[in-house]
This record gives sequence, structure tokens and C-alpha cells, in this order.
Amino acid sequence: MAHDSGTAATAIRYEDRAIRGFAVMTVVWGIVGMTVGVWLAAQLMWPALNFDTPWLTYSRLRPLHTNAVIFAFGGSALFASSYWCVQRTCRTALFLPKLANFTFWGWMLVIVLAAITLPLGITQSKEYAELEWPIDILIAIVWVAYGVVFFGTITKRTVSHIYVANWFFGAFIIAVALLHIVNSIAIPFSWTRSYSAYSGATDAMVQWWYGHNAVGFFLTAGFLGMMYYFVPKQVGKPIYSYRLSIVHFWALIAVYMWAGPHHLHYTALPDWVQSIGMVFSLILLAPSWGGMINGVMTLSGAWHTLREDPILKFLIVSLSFYGMSTFEGPMMSIKTVNALSHYTDWGIGHVHSGALGWVAMISIGSMYALIPRAFDKPAMHSIPAINLHFWMSTIGTVLYITAMWSAGLMQGLMWRATEADGTLTYSFVESLKATYPFYAVRLAGGLMFLGGMFVMAWNVWKTLAQPAERAGTLVVAPARESHA
Amino acid sequence: MSAFWSNFVIVISAAMMVACLWLLFANAKGVTGQTGEHVWDDDLREYNNPLPRWWLNLFVLTVLFAAGYLAFYPGLGNLSGRLGWTSRGQMEADLARITASRRAAYKALDGQSIPELARNPAAQSLGRAVFMANCAGCHGADAAGAIGYPNLADADWKFGGSPEAIVASITHGRTAMMPPLNGTLSAQALQELVDFVPFWSDETLPARKREAGLRQFAARCSGCHGADGRGLAALGSPNLTDDIWLYGGGRERVRQAILFGRSGQMPAHESLLDADEIRVVAAWVYGLSAHDGAAK
Repeated sequence: MAHDSGTAATAIRYEDRAIRGFAVMTVVWGIVGMTVGVWLAAQLMWPALNFDTPWLTYSRLRPLHTNAVIFAFGGSALFASSYWCVQRTCRTALFLPKLANFTFWGWMLVIVLAAITLPLGITQSKEYAELEWPIDILIAIVWVAYGVVFFGTITKRTVSHIYVANWFFGAFIIAVALLHIVNSIAIPFSWTRSYSAYSGATDAMVQWWYGHNAVGFFLTAGFLGMMYYFVPKQVGKPIYSYRLSIVHFWALIAVYMWAGPHHLHYTALPDWVQSIGMVFSLILLAPSWGGMINGVMTLSGAWHTLREDPILKFLIVSLSFYGMSTFEGPMMSIKTVNALSHYTDWGIGHVHSGALGWVAMISIGSMYALIPRAFDKPAMHSIPAINLHFWMSTIGTVLYITAMWSAGLMQGLMWRATEADGTLTYSFVESLKATYPFYAVRLAGGLMFLGGMFVMAWNVWKTLAQPAERAGTLVVAPARESHA
Repeated sequence: MSAFWSNFVIVISAAMMVACLWLLFANAKGVTGQTGEHVWDDDLREYNNPLPRWWLNLFVLTVLFAAGYLAFYPGLGNLSGRLGWTSRGQMEADLARITASRRAAYKALDGQSIPELARNPAAQSLGRAVFMANCAGCHGADAAGAIGYPNLADADWKFGGSPEAIVASITHGRTAMMPPLNGTLSAQALQELVDFVPFWSDETLPARKREAGLRQFAARCSGCHGADGRGLAALGSPNLTDDIWLYGGGRERVRQAILFGRSGQMPAHESLLDADEIRVVAAWVYGLSAHDGAAK
């Protein structure tokens, strides 16, 4: 950090080292995680692709895929964008930049350990929380360090108000720490085995309180933070409504915490908990849409920019997918709908409309905006390549989710069909056989999305090979405002 | 749950919904098209537009729906809701409906023997459905079996193919056990068996190998598989003289079986299926091997 004393202003050199690492690793882990996903999609069509090798079986690669895309790809994008946003909107350099570098290397270590242990079959068997206790402890340490850097930076800000994106990043950091620590409490049995501190229906409830809020805070609040910084930046217009951001922020973080039981409809969970989970999932619709409205309406009066700017296309289309999946979620939480959709590929379709359409596309758009700036390059190497990537991602996502919706609807109807005499019309295997054509379409969609990531990797590579435009990021901070 | 926790749940659930409405109405008004005084990172600003009316209405509607739903369904602690609905009640009602329609379907089949049922299309359809839902997982959708799971569509039976034997297999299950002979056999004895047993039905097998093999077989295997090697239905020991191999034929698979044994387990279904279901599925399986002209 360089402090040049000025008359009324201080020059600030932002700390972007960790950001550069996370930004590049977003692309790398995106390719790794999605390659595993495509491979799994292929295994569902051709089971022989596990080559009779234990660590290549579907059961072991599936958690590797989910962990890699959520925590490695999505997590890296969140670290990069939150560190970027918090410095710029607070007009101050990162608090403890060395600790920020530690979070980079710590997070990479977590990912590498996950990539080793999950294929070996070392797992706590909790969805999205499979990693065993020593890795869980490492995650907790890295995460607390992340919180110290982030909130430390907020504390030493030189502007009076905390920008809305930082509320979302802050809520995401606090809630994920809480969720991860509570859900991962376990009694170790050896270095690679442990027993959950909870049992039975309580264990299931804690797990889905974690699982649903991982969606709510990791995959929604965190990425809304990204949206609130990069959308107005890219459009060059003010956020549509400050008060809408207040209302939907508080409603979102308050209501999300209640929605977990909808993952356990018609199970041993008591009826009253299921009902509470369902009604609060419905109440969650409007708070979720608040973010979409604020993002999309920021564009009003500037719609023409969508034609020229493929980065903006990524950001705005991601908001459309966000709106779609946050409408679908509450609908699927209604018990009667859930009775049809639960356990089918509809769930996979829903998750991927959020994961590919929202999370991946907002991350990709934000990284295209961030990478040239973080590396002091004039611009991304190729704008047409971004446009190509946009179309590959969009078509890939649409193929994927329509295939899985159709498959899920069909499976749900086949599973519940009974003859006049009360026997099941179809056996499970018959429904599986009928799903094959949809698996083929899903594989095609996944391949297309993955192909787009390779286009991005090439484009980022060429961008980084350009000569630097200016040395270091140096801005002039205003004189410290009074914190009235 | 205790009255305290029930009240706790009622209070916090209601408070959450009221708080949502308060948050909405306390912040609904704003001024269109006016930005706040704050600027971040050179150019980030915010308008302070009022909440979109349709969005606000949607939010209120979902809260009202939630309140209404909780009035009619269980949700607020121990309050059972006006409809008295429970998921167990729903399941029992569905089950009763299915059971009633099933009883009616089975009533029409009363008094028919299994060979008769095997020729009755209505019974076949019922039997196939029971098979697909309960048996196909191991025996395959075509009943042709897999390694370790017998083919039910051919005329080869481990525990007998009579109607009574099939019903008994389904009802009580079956356990078949080939003991491991590792350590009790000399290398030569093992080799003689391995050179003979897989090729029993092969007429081109040299007489010398057949004789040596038969000698070992008589001493060690005939107790279970019978002196003629055709197996015993009482033990479920397979016929070794045909070319049907439950665990795969050939030298290596047979060597493995002799050295390390095999065990097969058909689970009992008496607690999973009722007597009517067992009869129709037994008839469907019986019909597969086309006894006395039963339809395939």
C-alpha cells in the first residue's frame, strides 16, 4: 500500500493480488467442474464410462462436480468480485492484504483436498457438505479470515455509506460461516471418518437448513452482490431503487432461513415444519424478484446497450434465469407440486437453471468486466469471442433445462401412474429407459456450455498476454467524509 | 411438542409475517427518478424509486396466502389447522382407495389355480405389475436374470418349477450356499474338477478328463449336486450337466466357486406382498416357461 500525502486527498493503491488469482482460477475451476459434469452426464447414458474404476464411478464424481462448480468456480468468482467491489466502493485498500492472499491459497488447498478425497470415497454423505472434518476446519479458518478481510475493509472505508453490494457480500460471508460450522459439527472417529452430531430427522433438517441456505446465501446473496456492482458499472446508470434494495435485502435474508424444510416434504419431518417451510418459500418469491427488478430496471432507458455489449448480455440474461428459477423454486415447494417433482430430474433442471443460467452467467459476465481491469489491460482481447461464449452458454442452458424439465415431468407422471387395480403402471427401469433421449439432449447442452468456457479460457489467455496499460491501480480518495 | 415450544413457534412464525408486511409498508413510498446524494467508485449511484406496485401486491398476496394456509393446515406449533389434515392421514386415505380397487380386481380371480391364472390375461397383467415393482430389480425386467440371479424365463429351476415350489420361493425366500473348499483340495484335485465341470455337457471333452473329474466329483461334490450332477431342488444346488451357469461358466468362474464358495439369497416376500399378489406373480413367472401352453 502506498500512501501519498496530498492536500485533501490520499492516493490509494488497491490490493488486487488475491483478486487476480481468484479471477483466473474461476475460469480454471469452471472448466474442471463442468468437465466432470459433462462426464457424469455421459455416464448416465453410457455407464461403462466409469471403466469399472471405483474413483471414476458416478457416486464419487457427482459430489466432486457439485463441489467444484459451487465452491471452486462460484467461490473463486465471489472472492474475486467481493474483494474488488469492497475496495472500490469503500475507497480504501483491502484490510490485511496478506490475509487476503492466505484466503486465496487456503481456498485452493481446500479445493485440491476435495478433488483428492471425494474420488477416494471419503465423505460425510451430506449433500454439498461432503468434505470430511479436517477439511471442514480448514474451510472454517479460511472463511473467518475472509470475513476479517472483508469487514476490516468495510470498517476502514473512506466513504460514509456502505454500498448495497457490500450488504449482500457481508450477509453471504456471515451466513455461510454460520451454516457451514453448525451443519459440519461432527465427532471425529479417524482422520477420514466422523459421525454427525445430529441424528435422524434432526440431522436431515439441519442438513437442509444448510443446503437450502447454501443456495440462498452462497448462490443467491453473494451473486446479488456481484450483480449490484457490475450491472450499474457496465450500464453506466444508477441502480433503479435504493428502497427496493433495502426491502428485498432484509426480506431475503430473513425469509430464506425458513425455507429449508421444503426439501423434506412427505418425509419423517413433522407436518408443521413442512408447512412452515412451504409457506415461507412462497413468501420468498417477492424478495427474490426484488433483485431481478433492481438489476433489469437499471437498464431502462439504456436497452440499446444490450445490442453492443455482450458482457451486459451475460449480466441481464443471468437475471432472467434468476427470475425464472426463483419463481420455479417457490412453486416446487408447494406440497402437491413437490409430490410430482421431488426425486425426479425436474430438480436437476431447476438447480441448473439457477446454476448455469444465473450463477455461472453472472460470474462469467462479471469476470469479463473484471479481468482486464484487474490485470491493467485495455480490454478483453476479443469482444466477438465473448458474444460467441454468450450464445453457447445461453443455448447450452436452455437445452439442458428444457431436457431435464421434460424428463422430470415424465418421470413424476410415470412413477405415480397406477392401474385400475392399484398396481404401478411402470417399473422404475421403464422410466429410466424413457429418460435416455432427454439425457442425450442434456449432454449436448452441457457440452455446449463447457465449450463456451474454453472460448473464455482462450480469450482470457490472449488478454493476459497483452502489454499492461498502466502500472498498478492508483486512485485518489476523497477526504474522509464524516460518518453522520 | 410442549406448550412452550408450540407457543414459541406460533409467535415467531406470526412475527416473521407481520415483520415482512411492516418492512414493505414502511418503505413503500419514494420519489421517482431522483438519485441519492451518495456516489461510490466514481459513478455508482442509486435512484430512490418507489417499490413497484405489482411487486408489493405480490409480496402481500404471498403473506396472506401463508396466513390462510396456516389457518387450514398444521404449521403453527401444535395447532392442527381447520381441516385436520395430516400427511399420514393422506397416505392412509390413498392406500385405502388403492386397496379397495385392488380387492375388487383380485375378487374376480378367486378360486383359480396357478396354471389357470397363468393363462388369464387379467391375472397376467396384475402379475407382471407385481413382478416389475418387486422382482425386476434383481431378476431383470425380462426375468432373464443376471450373474448370481437366476433366469426365471427358462425351464431350469434351482428350487423347483412347480406352482407350489414357486409360491414357496416367493413367500419364504430361499438360501443357497456353496461352501468354500479352499484348503480341503489338493491342487491336482482342483485342476481335475476345473477341467471337467465347466465342460460336462461338452461331448468333445476327452474321456480321460471326464473320468478324472467324475472321480473327484463323486468324492466331494455329489453330496449336494447329486451323483448324476443334476442338482437337488431341496438344497437349490444347480444342475451342472447343462450349459446354464448362474455365476458364469468357464474354468475361472468355476475355480472361484470351488475355492471360495457362493451364496445366494432370495429374500422372503411374505411381509412385502399379500397372498393374492404372490399368487399372481407366481402365475406370471410360471407362465414364462410356457408350461402346458400358457401364454408367454
